[in-house]
Amino acid sequence: MDYFAQQLINGIVLGSIYGLIAIGYTMVYGIVGMINFAHGDIFMIGGFIALITFLILVSIGLTTVPLILLIVLLVSMAITSLYGWTVERIAYRPLRHSFRLAPMLSAIGVSFVLMNFSQVSQGARVKPIPPIITGGYSLLESDGFVVRLSNAQIIVVLTTIVLLAIFTWLVSRTRLGRDMRACEQDQTMAALLGVDVDRTISMTFVIGAALAAVAGMMYLLYYGLVDFFMGFVAGIKAFTAAVLGGIGSLPGAMLGGLLIGLIETMWSAYFSVEYKDVAAFSILIVVLIFLPTGLLGRPEVEKV
Amino acid sequence: MSHESILIVDGLTMRFGGVVAVNGLSFAAERRKITALIGPNGAGKTTVFNCITGFYKPTSGVIRLTHDDGRNFHLERLNDFRISKKAKVARTFQNIRLFPGMTALENLMVAQHNALMQASGFTFLGLIGVPSYRAAERRAIDRAKHWLDRIGLIDRADDAAGNLPYGDQRRLEIARAMCTEPALLCLDEPAAGLNARESAGLSELLLSIRGQGTSIILIEHDMSVVMEISDQIVVMDYGVKIAEGAPQVVRDDAKVVAAYLGADEEEAAAVMESGA
Repeated sequence: MDYFAQQLINGIVLGSIYGLIAIGYTMVYGIVGMINFAHGDIFMIGGFIALITFLILVSIGLTTVPLILLIVLLVSMAITSLYGWTVERIAYRPLRHSFRLAPMLSAIGVSFVLMNFSQVSQGARVKPIPPIITGGYSLLESDGFVVRLSNAQIIVVLTTIVLLAIFTWLVSRTRLGRDMRACEQDQTMAALLGVDVDRTISMTFVIGAALAAVAGMMYLLYYGLVDFFMGFVAGIKAFTAAVLGGIGSLPGAMLGGLLIGLIETMWSAYFSVEYKDVAAFSILIVVLIFLPTGLLGRPEVEKV
Repeated sequence: MSHESILIVDGLTMRFGGVVAVNGLSFAAERRKITALIGPNGAGKTTVFNCITGFYKPTSGVIRLTHDDGRNFHLERLNDFRISKKAKVARTFQNIRLFPGMTALENLMVAQHNALMQASGFTFLGLIGVPSYRAAERRAIDRAKHWLDRIGLIDRADDAAGNLPYGDQRRLEIARAMCTEPALLCLDEPAAGLNARESAGLSELLLSIRGQGTSIILIEHDMSVVMEISDQIVVMDYGVKIAEGAPQVVRDDAKVVAAYLGADEEEAAAVMESGA
């Protein structure tokens, strides 16, 4: 039981990170109907920018941890958003009215460009940082097994919840959110009502990248390391999460992220760590066969 | 070509490969009046609309829109959201193009994008909620409510637009177009699929829109609507204008009767008569 509770905590933390990335996949799919395969690498870029910002702040002698975290969060969100915007502008927008596969191929290309760019500029080795957030709580103790909830875990989950609340408010209550939903349903009509569709799509990429940056920073805080390849597997798992939750559905992305995080953790805990990725991707196959629209997805309605 | 015209179409030609959909069409739509564009199926009416609203780039010809303050816009040179934003032209389609997953109120709010965009200082001021943006948002909601009230849908403001009955969706589309505060409203078959009572309600709505100073161009097959509300009718066939004038004049035009409703003039005259 205690062991299970510990795995539950670990799974929720991992799931929060996947969920934040999955939102970027699902949002972009909803509005432009393409899978942005470079999104995982945007997450990796976010992790690196967080690392660099952290090292700069420490080297200039800043020691207040909450202040460091806040600055790292804002800087990495801002710069990663710029990456998201640029990628859309130069690699996707020119291909928007091309054949359907073109932007997807372009996305795979961008993915490799970002990965290799990081490898060349930052080196191929894993970059560790000393733990920034230390301490935690012991929740339960029995038979010598202690269920631990670390401060880093609390911060990851709390940040995710706060960001999701802001994000949900943004989509459901603001002008930008309305424009995004309008473009998702009928771009032509949205344009005729005066909505700048290109700009709205850019903003979608910016918001997706900002959330991925947060995920990247959380990853860095939680695991204490980043490397140029981390976006690949994390990105594909977040994509799996988005499909599991129902691609195009925002609550679905979060739910899918949590489930993938939990499944992976539980599998590692009870079966084998080596096969955790096999478990996650088997889920993708099973979902695609039996539940093609995902858990919260709507069935595809053919546009007339 | 006086100052009275809001829209002047001059020598408009639209070719698709070898097909000439519109051939040297010229007409003027008067300011604060209702101009109907009629003609048999395939006459090129919707193509004209698509040229006016920037979907097609005309092969040749000029489409000039003049605002009340005398500013001119060449619609054949604008496209996309600029037609709505700069030239203030709104349109509806033959089929319903509401955002079905959004509520009736939200549909009307999207249409007020431009006003809100300015007030939100291009997004960022809006996100932090500065007072001027809140005031603009409140005005937008008020306007949306005003229109919902006018089309009798205020009770269904929070229902998804896709769940409304067909006739209500039609009226909501017109309300949404009006929320962009257009100078010119282009309606493509607004009465299609409406029953007689709903058509009468539509006529009333369009007359009240004209009354408040918006110019209207409509394509319509329902002659009872066309004859009742139009100030001026342009008749097209095979991409060219075959007649133009007040409803009575057009109705009695032999060329229109023959071309528009087929060769049988007696039958055609009877149909035209019934719509009067």
